[in-house]
Amino acid sequence: MMIRRALGALLCIAAPLAAQDTTKGVRIGLAYDPGSRPGIVVLPGKGVGADSARAIVQRDLDFGDRVNVIVLDAAAATDASRAASPSWPVLARLGAAAAVQVTPTVTGLHVAIYDVAKQTTALVRDYPAPPLAQAHGWRAVVHGLSDDLEEALTGTRGIARTRVLFERGRRIWTIDSDGTEVVAVTDVGTPQSAAWNPTGTMITYNTYLPAGIVVHDLVAGRSRMLVGGSGVFISPVFTPDGGSVVYSHGVEDGTDLYIASLAGGGGRRLSVGRGSDNVSPSFSPDGRRIAFMSARAGHPEIYTMDADGTNPDLLTPLEFGENAHRASPDWSPDGRYVAFHSSMAGTFQLMTISLRDRGLKQLTSDGRNEDPSWAPDGRHITFTSNRTGVKQLWVLDIETGRSRQLTHGSQPARNPAWSPRLSS
Amino acid sequence: MIRKNAVLSLVVLLVSAGLGACRKKPESAPAPTIVGVSDDVASQRRADSLAADAARRRADSLAIARGGSATDGDAQRVQTVLKQSLTQRIFFDYDKDVLRDDARTVLDAKASVLEANPAVTLVITGHTDEQGTAEYNLALGQRRAAQVKRYLVSKGVQEGRLSVQSLGDSQPLATGTDAGSYEQNRRAEFEALNAAGALMRPRS
Repeated sequence: MMIRRALGALLCIAAPLAAQDTTKGVRIGLAYDPGSRPGIVVLPGKGVGADSARAIVQRDLDFGDRVNVIVLDAAAATDASRAASPSWPVLARLGAAAAVQVTPTVTGLHVAIYDVAKQTTALVRDYPAPPLAQAHGWRAVVHGLSDDLEEALTGTRGIARTRVLFERGRRIWTIDSDGTEVVAVTDVGTPQSAAWNPTGTMITYNTYLPAGIVVHDLVAGRSRMLVGGSGVFISPVFTPDGGSVVYSHGVEDGTDLYIASLAGGGGRRLSVGRGSDNVSPSFSPDGRRIAFMSARAGHPEIYTMDADGTNPDLLTPLEFGENAHRASPDWSPDGRYVAFHSSMAGTFQLMTISLRDRGLKQLTSDGRNEDPSWAPDGRHITFTSNRTGVKQLWVLDIETGRSRQLTHGSQPARNPAWSPRLSS
Repeated sequence: MIRKNAVLSLVVLLVSAGLGACRKKPESAPAPTIVGVSDDVASQRRADSLAADAARRRADSLAIARGGSATDGDAQRVQTVLKQSLTQRIFFDYDKDVLRDDARTVLDAKASVLEANPAVTLVITGHTDEQGTAEYNLALGQRRAAQVKRYLVSKGVQEGRLSVQSLGDSQPLATGTDAGSYEQNRRAEFEALNAAGALMRPRS
């Protein structure tokens, strides 16, 4: 508490730093051991919206799974909110490596990071933000600053400012990565298997009545059918350059992967399935290979092929038994793994396979778990699980095994697709 | 040859319904829609529905057997049987598009009714249970519908009279998550077009 009076001085000293510290990717010189998570205290701020901002940041940092969020008890929080500056001895005693504070200003939000060991203000930054009343935009700014904080504290950018597409009640919805802001993207119809474009400004999905592939511009709020007609059109994804869509199509003799440019010209076949089903494409981050599900060997397994359809290769070790079933591949953003779900003891569980040594790792065991989709940090996966009875979306941290429920309600939710990092 | 077999199979179906032999193959009866009920209740309802169905068919086939002396009511029942045979569902095993024997019997009956009524066309819709991804299930439903079409074509039905589509796992008959519900949802459904008027009976 002795330091209270020093706050103004600290911030005055720190203020000039603000200009040079606004670049992305700033990392404070925190003593950080990647093996152990640094303890972080989110200090109460003053002003309208400060408590909301604190709650969001606290949760974002917690969900990021890279720092240990130390929650102040009520008394400590009251003391801290009255204090004019961080109480270094208290923070040190709590095991905090750093403290962060978000203070609403006239134009937005002011953020400070305090280095507890050095007893200094390590970083300050101002964020323009819409008024608190514009909840959607305001929350997006707070999530963005949470991601900056995580990057400054750990060197790795967070994933708070991302959304997840999913299906519920014959519509496509988005939900923020923290489980708030559930927004309908499509009308009620037959949309399925939504996927983001690389910038998070467009989505694509298939419909089955009528059958086709739809491209939907989220910014303009317009959608159009890219390809369609007789047969089935399934599981579209954007190419990594965002200019085309790869999807599965078939009429009466199995399904194959096709590519269609957003500029027009219809679909061109890529895979050669010879009457088998070939669905669920997922690009490698460099855009050179496509992972997909194929039943060409008699039952669904995961394959890869070149982006032009050549050099197909079985990725998962062929499992014998007529009910063997591996499906729904999703290539990790770092390119190292493909996540998928696999039949196992009469149900489905999530697994990853390493592209380097084809090592398999089982990620889930509770309930039926399907449809994995990687977060842009390559560490979290969202998926569908019926572990609480009704199918809902969940998030798993593959490093710690910690999972949390993302969607709630009595209606089943499924087929999640995690967005890239968003700027709006 | 094909024609003879097809007609034979309808006759066999109609007669076997009368003899109560369809108890052996309960899957071939239209399954009732069961929404969110327990396994026990569901199977009881299924059994009740199958029994009622068998009784109705027995009456219908007796009416047909009486032949020339058929009353208006009998004629109506014959129409009902013919229409039902066009729209009767068939069921599939888990993750399979292979036609089971009971499904072939049902399809044989359709083929002979289609042959006797050349204006009638059929929309075949493939469905799956909710296990597996929506993506795979849409493909699987299409495969099931296509398999049915191929079989009917092999029995002499003109290709142009059969269209196929898949609704994947989106339209379950039973909304439970038990094996019994899943069994009912793995199916093909049939919509007969241009079948509003009186249908001709297959000639024997």
